[in-house]
Amino acid sequence: MQKLLKQVPAWILFTVKQKEETIIYVHPKNIKKLFIFLKDHMNCRVHMLIDICGADYPYRSPRFEVVYQLLSIDFNQRISIKLWTDEMTPIESVTDIFSSAGWFEREVWDMYGIHFLNHPDLRRILTDYGFEGHPMRKDFPLTGYSEVRYDDTQKRVITEPIELNQEFRYFDFASPWRK
Amino acid sequence: MTLPQTQQKKVKNFTLNFGPQHPAAHGVLRLVLEMNGEVVERADPHIGLLHRGTEKLIEYKTYLQALPYFDRLDYVSMMCQEQAYSLAVEKLLDCSVPLRAQYIRILFGEITRLLNHLLALTCHAMDVGALTPFLWAFEEREKLMEFYERVSGARMHAAYVRPGGVALDLPLGLCEDIYYFASHFASRIDEMEEMLTNNRIWKQRLVDVGVVTAEEALNWGFTGVMLRGSGVSWDLRKTQPYDGYENCQFDVPVGTRGDCYDRYLIRVEEMRQSISIIMQCLNAMPAGPVKVDDKKITPPPRAHMKQSMESLIHHFQYYTEGFVVHKNETYTSVEAPKGEFGVYLVSNGTNRPYRCKIRAPGFVHLQGLNLMSKGHMLADVVTIIGTQDIVFGEVDR
Repeated sequence: MQKLLKQVPAWILFTVKQKEETIIYVHPKNIKKLFIFLKDHMNCRVHMLIDICGADYPYRSPRFEVVYQLLSIDFNQRISIKLWTDEMTPIESVTDIFSSAGWFEREVWDMYGIHFLNHPDLRRILTDYGFEGHPMRKDFPLTGYSEVRYDDTQKRVITEPIELNQEFRYFDFASPWRK
Repeated sequence: MTLPQTQQKKVKNFTLNFGPQHPAAHGVLRLVLEMNGEVVERADPHIGLLHRGTEKLIEYKTYLQALPYFDRLDYVSMMCQEQAYSLAVEKLLDCSVPLRAQYIRILFGEITRLLNHLLALTCHAMDVGALTPFLWAFEEREKLMEFYERVSGARMHAAYVRPGGVALDLPLGLCEDIYYFASHFASRIDEMEEMLTNNRIWKQRLVDVGVVTAEEALNWGFTGVMLRGSGVSWDLRKTQPYDGYENCQFDVPVGTRGDCYDRYLIRVEEMRQSISIIMQCLNAMPAGPVKVDDKKITPPPRAHMKQSMESLIHHFQYYTEGFVVHKNETYTSVEAPKGEFGVYLVSNGTNRPYRCKIRAPGFVHLQGLNLMSKGHMLADVVTIIGTQDIVFGEVDR
């Protein structure tokens, strides 16, 4: 695998290898080229996109990380591919290479607000119809901003700003002596 | 003679809302179906009605507090998911589990597989119209859940498999009872097969419905039975063994046609293989500890706490502060009964996970519903949802 990746050095920023896991860092603009290479090269045959996952690191710039988990059944090999992006920069969608990317990218869009270019159907997926914001971002509070309830006078479900009877308690159990 | 010219009338497709509350939707699935007569043109699943924000909640919990959330994802294969999470944490901590704990994990992993397949098959049968196997299977499930209860105290949400081993050792006499159960269970499967396998109606509803080719299955990211049904021999227990599955002898059933009937047969055969693995585990169950000796990861034994102040303090600290996992990340997956269940865990050197992404097999399979149901009748959609073995706890997370 390492030898193969040497064939495409321009697309890869660097690789990290820990035990059995290989993480390849790429520039967002090369992601499609790399995926096509991995899928079609006879010594890779990575035919499965297992997962796409976003992660938010607000203190970094660019703040978001997108992690692709790939699997080659023929060679029994897993690869992680990582790229960085921010709220404004869209990433190219890989749905035309791996169909399974469709919902994964929708989920990343829903949860983090990372935009995917040329995605056939980039709607929200897990959150409610008409939901605002991207809940998995670190600056989104755990309790959210709104709550829904059934209003008996209006005879329908209404959304209103959240009202907490008790302030959200966040216990930091880290021992003060060890800081 | 001239026949009156029949007018070609343009018929618009009919949009049908299936669910969110439908007994055959296995939970809260809203399916927007575009119908041409009774033929499905397009299926658009709307999910997220059971979204509880598990991943977000886990970020605010310690590693140990996050564990019970995994029971509640796919609430019919609980321990397999605990195992996936525990393996991920163990990988980050770089610790290995004692042999007895590994065997207990396999034993209960396979009991979980039986639990799941019993529900999957018989609920599928019920959706298609056969109620009897469902009633029979739930009697067996009750016995299996009793094993869960005896080992962990809870029938379903066990929180038994923990980072560093399992919570408690097996109670006395449990192995004998599991042995008794396993030696009789094969004939229960036979009874169920008598009802279904050669049943004319069952075959009419399943054969050649929801055909997926191997290429499609790979492209759409199908795993588990959905992939094996299409003829790809891929089982993580064989190919990337974890927790000592490499010591177990079992076969991986593979389908040839990729239709619902093949997947039914595979699930039945997997149950038989599970019995064999359970027997192997019971026969080879070694003696020894069930937790890692590293007291940073596991709580002190009860007896020590009665004697030593330090143990008591440590116990308190362990359950409040939790343990620290140094900065690292991993993607760990197990062969859950439904397919590949993966956990992508990022730690940042504190006592809480920084990010925990859950890769649920059902999420990916449901995405393929459009592909599988295109051109089929409305009633076949029910069959296809049944064969995909969807549980909304894990799809919506």
